[in-house]
Amino acid sequence: MAMPMESPISFTNVGKIKWWQRGIFASQTGYVLLALAVLLVIMHFASPYFFTEGNMQNVAKNFSFIAIATLGVTFVIITGGIDLSVGSMMCFSAMITSMVMTELSAPGSPAGSLFVHMAADGKTVLANVPGLILLVSVLAGLGVALIAGLVNGFCIAVLGLSPFVTTLGMLSIVRGLGYVVSNGRGSFPGGPDADYFYAATSGDVLGVPVPFIYLVILALAMAVVLHHSPFGRHVFALGGNEKAAELTGIPVVRVKIEVYVICALAAGLQGIIISGWLGSAPANMATSYELNVIAAAVIGGANLAGGIGGPLGAIVGCVLLEVIRNGLVLAQVSSYWQQTLVGVIIILAVLVDRIRSRMT
Amino acid sequence: MAQVDATPVLELTGIGKEFGAIRALHGVDLQVQPGEVVGLMGDNGAGKSTLVKIIAGNFRPSHGEIRFAGSAVHFSRPVDARAVGIEVVYQDLALADNLTAAANVFLGRELKRKFGPIALLDHKAMAARALELFGELRSETRPDDLVKQMSGGQRQAVAIARTRLSNARLVMMDEPTAAISVRQVEQVLGLIHRLKEQGVAVMLISHRMPDVFAVCDRVIVMRRGEKRADKPIDQTSPEEITALITGAKEAA
Repeated sequence: MAMPMESPISFTNVGKIKWWQRGIFASQTGYVLLALAVLLVIMHFASPYFFTEGNMQNVAKNFSFIAIATLGVTFVIITGGIDLSVGSMMCFSAMITSMVMTELSAPGSPAGSLFVHMAADGKTVLANVPGLILLVSVLAGLGVALIAGLVNGFCIAVLGLSPFVTTLGMLSIVRGLGYVVSNGRGSFPGGPDADYFYAATSGDVLGVPVPFIYLVILALAMAVVLHHSPFGRHVFALGGNEKAAELTGIPVVRVKIEVYVICALAAGLQGIIISGWLGSAPANMATSYELNVIAAAVIGGANLAGGIGGPLGAIVGCVLLEVIRNGLVLAQVSSYWQQTLVGVIIILAVLVDRIRSRMT
Repeated sequence: MAQVDATPVLELTGIGKEFGAIRALHGVDLQVQPGEVVGLMGDNGAGKSTLVKIIAGNFRPSHGEIRFAGSAVHFSRPVDARAVGIEVVYQDLALADNLTAAANVFLGRELKRKFGPIALLDHKAMAARALELFGELRSETRPDDLVKQMSGGQRQAVAIARTRLSNARLVMMDEPTAAISVRQVEQVLGLIHRLKEQGVAVMLISHRMPDVFAVCDRVIVMRRGEKRADKPIDQTSPEEITALITGAKEAA
């Protein structure tokens, strides 16, 4: 039974996988990125307006409006779950933020007297600490998202309910609460900090739209967390083999709750940003956005079976959707075609990946 | 045969387990000495898996006591068992296909590097250690390859490499040779010998009689939830063991 000692190991029977057959090059994200590049070139020749500064800003802003939520839902999808409540969550967080902002800016109310005072002319409302109202109201908006995320995570990880059903319920609960608190009318950001709010959500820095900057920062943070932190590794392990994750001592329940909280917070932040661009948070805001968000994640290469996905894919998916929408408008095609095309692309993207994995 | 005077690494007394009305295990006593390789055999439903899961901390026993290295232990989760030095190679290997070999080896106990308050994964150190472990196991496995793309033997090596991370004192292997090639079986058996040399006790749960007779010092046969035999390997024969497993012979 003596084993021949042949140390160090030589890889005589195991070839090295070529660089173009691994990593990004062998992923759906890679193909979709390539398709996107081709599409951009086509758009350049199809319309002289496409690569103008104004249009690029417009595209960057528009895809940033779903991309932050897509980052969040990608976390959940990597663990093999799904979150259908993101659209409603966007609306509810935005609504709470602008309601709290308006409430805190009313000089007469008990809460308002802490934050604002009347100027000497008796008409203008001034903030005691500029920016504090904005901070508190955004935290309130994110706070409700945090609670909804915790409830989702608790039901799924601790009670063992199916993610689809739990978040479908949450979709309805949160949308309903939005109608309840605003009496169906929605709400508007107001008060002395409203200008800061608009600047922080729909302004731009050196010509770059602010939402796009947030997106880039969050995507980079997500890349580090997913690939270089133990938490990220556990997220992937959970999606790859949940039983193995449990047996190897990964705190499965905690990781699951955390991803649903991250997803809800991302959706909440996204909603707050959208409401700054809209100038209000109507009660029907972001209805059915969950479908766009999940579609973007899936097009970008996140696998609904779990275990695969990342921030680059999420963004690529969102950009592709937006470029198609934008392109159809510039090409003067009816924008009603967009949905049909999006559906075709979802299926095509997954099909190409399936064909590739059959070939290798 | 191990010395009688040594403290057994694992000692079970009167272990029993009921699942509702079903009695899966009844009055199992057994001892495993350091550096001893014990074969655990029995037909499907004989109680082997239940026994392994109790030792590994997946189930709590309904009756009886587990002593590990002389002191009584109570496991409520697999992590507890691992903490005292019991490692298990599961039959389905418990690998995450979408991760690399190194990531799987270190799953749940990743090596980290501190950057101020943030701890990030130390990819380099994990890959180097994993390569070292695969070298010890004589497995041509690259730490950075995805487990998805690996052969049965390589996957086995990844699962076994995991047990070598900590200073395990008892390694239980659930059917490690069931789904791999002849050459890889030799490798796994060779590894069991190396574990033994280092004083690690091994419990080999297997259906394959030749493997058990090749590496084990002692064989325990389970039938209908009870221990029916516990004999040094040189005092028995494959024929006797088969008879004990099937029930042709009641006990020995």
